[in-house]
Amino acid sequence: MLAYISIIVSAIFVNNIVFSQFLGICPFMGVSRKLSSAVGMGAAVTFVMAFATCVTWILQTYLLVPFGLQYMQTIAFILVIASLVQMLEIVMRKVAPALYQALGVFLPLITTNCAVLGVAILVVQKEFNLLMSLTYAVATAVGFTMALVIFAGIRQQLDLVDVPRPMRGTAIALICAGLLAMAFMGFAGISIPS
Amino acid sequence: MDFLRIIYNGIVRENPTFVLLLGMCPTLGTTGSAVTGMSMGVATMGVLICSNMSVSAIKSVVPSAVRIPVYIVVIATFVSVLQMLMAAYLPSLNATLGIFIPLIVVNCILLGRAEAFASRNSVLRSCADGIGIGLGFTLALTLLGAVRELLGTGRVFGLEVYPEQFGSLAFVLAPGAFIVLGLLIALFNCIRKS
Amino acid sequence: MFVHVSLEKGGVLMAVDNKSSFLRIFVVLTTFCALSGALLAWVHSFTAEAVERAALEQRAQAVSIVLPSHTNDPLADACSIALAGTDRELEVYPAFSGTEFVGAAVESYSLDGFSGEIVVMYGFDAHGRVVGYEVVSQAETPGLGARMQQWFRMDRGNRSVIGLDPCDPASRLTADGGSIDGITAATITSRAFVDAMARARAVFDVYCSQKETR
Repeated sequence: MLAYISIIVSAIFVNNIVFSQFLGICPFMGVSRKLSSAVGMGAAVTFVMAFATCVTWILQTYLLVPFGLQYMQTIAFILVIASLVQMLEIVMRKVAPALYQALGVFLPLITTNCAVLGVAILVVQKEFNLLMSLTYAVATAVGFTMALVIFAGIRQQLDLVDVPRPMRGTAIALICAGLLAMAFMGFAGISIPS
Repeated sequence: MDFLRIIYNGIVRENPTFVLLLGMCPTLGTTGSAVTGMSMGVATMGVLICSNMSVSAIKSVVPSAVRIPVYIVVIATFVSVLQMLMAAYLPSLNATLGIFIPLIVVNCILLGRAEAFASRNSVLRSCADGIGIGLGFTLALTLLGAVRELLGTGRVFGLEVYPEQFGSLAFVLAPGAFIVLGLLIALFNCIRKS
Repeated sequence: MFVHVSLEKGGVLMAVDNKSSFLRIFVVLTTFCALSGALLAWVHSFTAEAVERAALEQRAQAVSIVLPSHTNDPLADACSIALAGTDRELEVYPAFSGTEFVGAAVESYSLDGFSGEIVVMYGFDAHGRVVGYEVVSQAETPGLGARMQQWFRMDRGNRSVIGLDPCDPASRLTADGGSIDGITAATITSRAFVDAMARARAVFDVYCSQKETR
């Protein structure tokens, strides 16, 4: 049990995917202009990340490793994630149109979200079992959503501020992200013995 | 002449880091020092040149409905080849860059250039574009790495510029990555405007 | 942003209803996947061996760096020992000068690094004092924790662990009541390093007691 708590705390706060692992920066910068779209993106990533991590974990454990095909990992994982996102989009449109309305626009963005592929590879590297992998994926996605929502809140305020011309837009946003990352370093000392 | 113009275009007018703001994850994640930043840039450039040329060569046989999956397969293949070659012949560099090597697959620069340039231009021009964009990316990463290394540890490329105690470690850590990149983008904006 | 737009367009994959174009798509996709698989298998066939050789060489090099001068082949005489209470086996590479036991290298680990596991090879003399160490794998913060490769052998302050006996209560960080100066701003990594060192020493003890009964 403690091991799972340790994974959750570490993935959300201590090793936050955006602020300490530098994954998923593109959607972090791209979809953080409005609070509502940040929440939507976070939800879509959580969904895809959990699903994709389980599928790639099973693929790795029962197909790639037994046949000695680990060198196909990258290509297999990215194809699985890409087709998964496509399938999810189609199924969602048919089965849950309301959910599709809310999350649909974010789905195509997720294929090139390196956090999804990153987590799929990381759980293999960390030699987690299936349940641990799922926990890690969900916790990471929660950490990502939290970062995105906090940052969107800041950027909405930032629009009202008179910023020097060359710093407008991405430059000042990156500096704010840096300050936020500094705040997240405060979690660094936390460790839960597992 | 055209060849040189495309290269210049990739380095300055469409610099992937400072202008297009693509490929942020490796930009922030691998620039703890000038050497690692440069290695990451060169690795990405290698894959980009190969994928650009291949995509351009196959553009007439690929039906447009499935071009994105095919591009992904092409890119993932070259990334896997790079991964294996690095593991075999540059194991220590491979360990330093770690997960960012397989994640070249989801670097928006590669898919972006395949779609926006290589699928519409000849093999030779696509090669030039790969070199240009790749060099632009490499230069940006090297610059960012050098600045962070200098401010953080007082060294550039491992050569001591001033004593280490006066460096601020925050620049080597996550916050420094965001802040230095933000300032460099602002600087680039200034230079480009004037 | 154009990537994302085009991905959406790529999403109409299922909208193809023409039979011949469906066949063409099928053939193209299959061909490219097969080509890619073949290329990867070919590259793998000649890099796999090199990867293994590189790992072996790295280990051999680490062992030879951390051990006192010896005449045997420590890699050939290696044995694995698991500490009581764990099932993870650690490799011990003993060094002999002629028939005299002069020390051993232990590839030890700690799970308490800042970014997970660190693996360090420690060399001991026959009395269990540290002769040298070599970081085998780590993912610590560059510029901070990653400096352990140099830090704990620096002849400055009480940084160096060379010549210490990890069983000695003083062989802990100053922050934990010992005498070793940890890496500035990287206490977690430093603690993991000392933890791995203590583990290596414990395995060294087990090896020595087993050696006598042999």
